[in-house]
Amino acid sequence: MSTRRAFALAFLLVSGLATGLASNAVLGPATKTPKTVKFALQGGLNSLDPYTLNESVTLGLLANVMEGLIRRNENMQIIPGLAERWDVLSPTHWRFHLRKGVTFHDGSPFTADDVVFSANRARGPGSQLKTRIPADARVEKVDDHTVDFVLASPNPILHYEWETWFIVSKAWSEANGATKAQPATANALSPFALKANGTGPFAVVSHEPGVKTVFRPNPRWWGKTKHNIDEVVFQTVHSDSTRVAALLSGELDLIDPVPLQDIARIKEGAKTTVLSAPELRTLFLNMDSMHEELKYANVKGRNPFKDARVRRAFYQAIDIEAITTKVMRGMATPAALIISPLLFSGADKLQRWPYDVAAAKRLMVEAGYAEGFELVMDCPNDRYVNDEQICQAVAAMLRRIDVKVALNLLPKAQYFEKVSPPRYDSSFNLLGWTPGSLDSWSVLANLVVCRDAHGRGGTFNFGGYCNPRVDELARKILVEPDMAKRNAMIGEAFGLLHADAGVIPLHQPALAWGVSRNLQVTQRADGHIRFQWMQKL
Amino acid sequence: MLAFTIRRLFEALVVMLTVALLAFVLFRYVGDPVSQMVGQDTSLEDRTRLRLELGLDDPVYIQFARFVGNAVRFDFGISYQVKQPVTRLIAERMPATIELALAAALFAVALGIPMGVYTGIHRDSWLSKLFLTVSLIGISLPTFLIGILLIYIFAVWLNVLPSFGRGDTIPIGFWRTGLLTASGLKALVLPAITLGLFQMTLVTRLVRSEMLEVLRTDYIKFARARGLPERAINFGHALRNTLVPVITVIGLQLGSIIAFAIITETVFQWPGMGLMFIQAVQHADIPVMAAYLLLVAFLFVLINFIVDLIYVRIDPRIRILRRGA
Repeated sequence: MSTRRAFALAFLLVSGLATGLASNAVLGPATKTPKTVKFALQGGLNSLDPYTLNESVTLGLLANVMEGLIRRNENMQIIPGLAERWDVLSPTHWRFHLRKGVTFHDGSPFTADDVVFSANRARGPGSQLKTRIPADARVEKVDDHTVDFVLASPNPILHYEWETWFIVSKAWSEANGATKAQPATANALSPFALKANGTGPFAVVSHEPGVKTVFRPNPRWWGKTKHNIDEVVFQTVHSDSTRVAALLSGELDLIDPVPLQDIARIKEGAKTTVLSAPELRTLFLNMDSMHEELKYANVKGRNPFKDARVRRAFYQAIDIEAITTKVMRGMATPAALIISPLLFSGADKLQRWPYDVAAAKRLMVEAGYAEGFELVMDCPNDRYVNDEQICQAVAAMLRRIDVKVALNLLPKAQYFEKVSPPRYDSSFNLLGWTPGSLDSWSVLANLVVCRDAHGRGGTFNFGGYCNPRVDELARKILVEPDMAKRNAMIGEAFGLLHADAGVIPLHQPALAWGVSRNLQVTQRADGHIRFQWMQKL
Repeated sequence: MLAFTIRRLFEALVVMLTVALLAFVLFRYVGDPVSQMVGQDTSLEDRTRLRLELGLDDPVYIQFARFVGNAVRFDFGISYQVKQPVTRLIAERMPATIELALAAALFAVALGIPMGVYTGIHRDSWLSKLFLTVSLIGISLPTFLIGILLIYIFAVWLNVLPSFGRGDTIPIGFWRTGLLTASGLKALVLPAITLGLFQMTLVTRLVRSEMLEVLRTDYIKFARARGLPERAINFGHALRNTLVPVITVIGLQLGSIIAFAIITETVFQWPGMGLMFIQAVQHADIPVMAAYLLLVAFLFVLINFIVDLIYVRIDPRIRILRRGA
């Protein structure tokens, strides 16, 4: 017994030693050390099929591997991608001239057939990217390197979201049985879900979902290489403190996000620092101004939020400076609009209603709520940076105008089930929104125009704010090809929302990346991590 | 024996059906999977269609019947979140969890038994007091705190061990092992200690109290009277007699460290089943949750079954009783 145990122990020790020695031997005489960048996010790369998930982590990572007809540069401006240039022949007829000599990672050439195929696949069953291309648009091949998009109605922002409408290879998809996007309900795995074939500057070498994905540069990429990286390793690290520890210990070169309380420590680190910039997401509060009576308040027979004075009183009672500097520790910018100022050029014309408790209290008295009222606020606690603390601050601030807010904090899966369509089961709640199209129209159409109880109209207008003039403007904005006129109308619509205090904008949170000091990387406002903008020292 | 086995199997089936049913009742409260699957501006019609396709609008008993029907054929559906078959996902994640659990159990036994024996024999030495203090820490500190503490000491401060992940793995058939690479072994150290610390404490205290008990018995006194060396008495006679309950407890604990490695796996981003489960909960990924709960139920049933069989083998009294009945 004891000899056997001793033998087993010896075996373990020897084998451990042997593997240690072996690995040292391999590492021994280093030639040129390859430059590897290791980074970790909280979320995972959940699918390599580019049409299965409309989610920024997945699409942002895939943007290193696959490309759309357009790209956006470091400042989010549209530049040519797989299309060299495009002409708007008429408001409903766009012509895209494709880049020549581009090949996919598997060596097959990129042609107009791939674009037509990708357009159909993205609009086909199982795709979550259906809104990228109008359903009634015809996509026609003119020749091998020219594609026409014929629209049913004018659309001046047709190509805005196309950086993440990735073009896939028709031949490869057919060979791999992946002509349709992996549907959510399939019981077999689409080959696309675990393989990737794009035209981008990097290729996927290996992919273990939820664990690790390895990328290497594509030597045949058509563009000009700006990075000096030999390999990129992406991992998911869900726990905040572990992610920070791994950055501090030098195991990772980049982490996103950094918890707010760790920012100072990472900045002080000899080998680490924090990169931050305003994000494209805006956080705001929705007030139910639709129902005749608030479901979660002690006011019976009427709805205080139907009165614009009450909404503005709420608005002016909130000390946004306190939220951005204290709750968000300076990692947020107060917002006057529910779209990032980076995405709407007329944003500077609107200012927030000033924080003024006395004015807010006066408004409440005028509206007949001198005594205030009681209200339940729904709030997620794992969706946005410090979401729970933001709601707590709002609740405390509203006490000053005698509104007693009871918080209903929920994990995101339950929160969105409650407040989202079709239930809309909330009187007062917090929502964050990043316009997928990077344009104001989708914000108006989703969040501001009127809706009915079933969600027809502005589906994500949780509060049910309704102003017919805004609806009229939204309809015109959709088809107005003249950008100056279009911007004026967008400005008017946001102005009306502001005057009515239809929603209460809070802030744009800041991106916070923890970065090793020997890695230079460009941080874009949408938070995409692009390997071609990395330099490792 | 055969009748015993068959009865046990039948009971296992009932237990698992009950667990599955309870799980399905609970799933009504985990939130809306659809809003976790689609992009924010997906239209209401598409959401409704998806909900319909997934059968989420059906009454619970129909969903349950469908689940059981598929589960019998080992088809647990596709994960809503990562779009992979759940059976494949579990098969990929299970080796990591089992390797971690075995390492933790090994650590607990290899340290716990000697510490227990020592503290049992030398009750009042300062080393015993030190061991007992350490074991008190192991019992009272929460796992995540121990994990983070170890990460800061060994990864950030001393920079000798990795703070997360499993290192490099080598596939042996379907099993991806991290035990054959240097980075894999290094990555195993901290999670195994974190997970095993509580178990080690348990083993130490159990062995200690059993030793104290046994050392008082007559046959130990007779052995001393016969002039046997202390070593032979302590290890040959005393320890051997303490092992029956210790083995039982370790067996049962092994089940719980496989099933509840969730916290350790989260802290160390260990790519095992616990991490998979916690992510599934956050995303309301019902197929993964259902399969995992069922697997855990099965594991416990299996371990209890094995422990019962071992009892019969180890303890002659049980065997005789059963034969008589």
